[in-house]
Amino acid sequence: MSMEDLYQEIILDHYRKPQHRAPVLEGESVHVHHSNPLCGDEMDLRVRVVDGQVDGIVFDGEGCSISQASASAMTVAVAGRELDDALALTEDFRRMMHGDEPSRPDDLQDGIAFQGVARFPVRVKCALLGWMALRDAIETYERGASAHTVEHDDDRPPSG
Amino acid sequence: MPIDVPTLRKAFPTLARELDGQRLVYLDSAASSQTPVAVLDAMDHYYRWSRSNVHRGVYTLAEEATDLYETARTDLARFVDADPRGVVFTKNATEACNLMAYAWVRRNLGPGDVLLTTVMEHHANLVPFQYAAGDLGFEVRHVPITSDGLLDMDAAANLVADGRVRFVAVAHVSNVLGTINDVRGIAQLARAAREDAVVHVDGTQAVPQLPVSFRELGVDAYALTGHKMLGPTGIGALVVRPELLETMQPFLAGGEMIRDVTLDSVTWNEIPHRFEAGTPMIAEAAGLSAAIRFLEELGMDAVRAHEEQLTGRLLEALTSIDGVTVHGPTDLTVRGGAVSFEVAGVHPHDVGAMLSSKGVCVRVGHHCTKPLMRCLGVNATARASAYLYNDTDDLPPLVEGIEAARAFFAR
Repeated sequence: MSMEDLYQEIILDHYRKPQHRAPVLEGESVHVHHSNPLCGDEMDLRVRVVDGQVDGIVFDGEGCSISQASASAMTVAVAGRELDDALALTEDFRRMMHGDEPSRPDDLQDGIAFQGVARFPVRVKCALLGWMALRDAIETYERGASAHTVEHDDDRPPSG
Repeated sequence: MPIDVPTLRKAFPTLARELDGQRLVYLDSAASSQTPVAVLDAMDHYYRWSRSNVHRGVYTLAEEATDLYETARTDLARFVDADPRGVVFTKNATEACNLMAYAWVRRNLGPGDVLLTTVMEHHANLVPFQYAAGDLGFEVRHVPITSDGLLDMDAAANLVADGRVRFVAVAHVSNVLGTINDVRGIAQLARAAREDAVVHVDGTQAVPQLPVSFRELGVDAYALTGHKMLGPTGIGALVVRPELLETMQPFLAGGEMIRDVTLDSVTWNEIPHRFEAGTPMIAEAAGLSAAIRFLEELGMDAVRAHEEQLTGRLLEALTSIDGVTVHGPTDLTVRGGAVSFEVAGVHPHDVGAMLSSKGVCVRVGHHCTKPLMRCLGVNATARASAYLYNDTDDLPPLVEGIEAARAFFAR
């Protein structure tokens, strides 16, 4: 394999200069903690919801460049979106990771750079970590809860 | 006689592969070793020439198959200096550890008893016993490690002092730190505190690299696997003192393991067959025999000497790289060939991906030792493990790959 197939420049940019990376979020509505048991990666995602929209979002964690860069690109792509819209975009990204053509490439923004990761099955979970945390955060919020921890692989089709 | 690596490598078809025009550098033998042609031929011969079941037919093919299978048992017994009546074939070392957990621990331990293990165990030598403890209510204690990656023997002495430790589960060689544990010393400690303590050793990483004498170690049970010692996947063994094995009840029941069955009752077969239910892995046994003979021809002293020397060079090469930290002992006399390391600022998965792009195979992750990862304060490490077919030519691609990862990912 070629390093360039997997690690596009956009991915490295997000890895070196992550967006929305912080350990706290003022006015946080929901906080989820996800870990990937396969490689021990950890992800904390905090979302502030105002008027049904992602008003603020930060992530923090430890993991490989793919997981950290993907979380960073995710926060940029979903900031300001309606919760349902963010969930739909998450599903678009998840399906892209399983080899489907994304239906909203422009909305995925830098997330589109991760399309090549689908060819590296062991790294797909890395790219999904932040997005699956987002989906869990929104579902947790909509259940009326404010925190949730997931310690298993959460790459499943959406509920409901 | 020292190992002639360039000649030896010709026996391993995989090692001749090129990946994207680059020479394959295989440094993951602690996960699984490569297989020599002699092993492939032995398995192929069984399927092409003697294909039949064991222990029942009276015809020539069945006699040959039985002979192949039982010869593997005596070959393995000779190789680890044990009594063949105590050699039980399993599908891997994990099953061997489970056999000990089900056939002895679960039938003997209960509330008030203690099982002693260590923080450096592979999950295979930890989880079966933890699981049993949860069901049966006995206590599990863990021997900690020192800062240089050795078992803390003073702590071990304290942990057995109350005389309640009835079973000990310990690795002979760590798959992460490379540490060669003093299992003989642990067995002596345990038995000094309690004469009837049973000592079970996970020898998965030891048997491929060290001359092992089950008798000299003075332990009760010893688990091993074929696929890390040049053999095929799908075969391992539990070696047990025959006197202890005689007292143990079967783990899996069915065909082959019985002497007599009525509609209401059963009498067990003699050892070790009592513990081998169903049709066994016959081709794999033939392959394991060939692997053992291959290793015996080289001589395990020569294998160990090669490993020790090359591991020394591997440690030098890794520690010479800026930002690389190596885990485990630096004293070569107490370490095997697995070397775990971290690269500052670069996640192990990214190190592994860069190395893979250069044809270098290393393992990255938690190595099925999550408690040890927590002790070391890391989520994962990269691990390079050399074996008898590696030499110093394999080190520059590793070093270059790590340096490239540093340059590529450094933030």
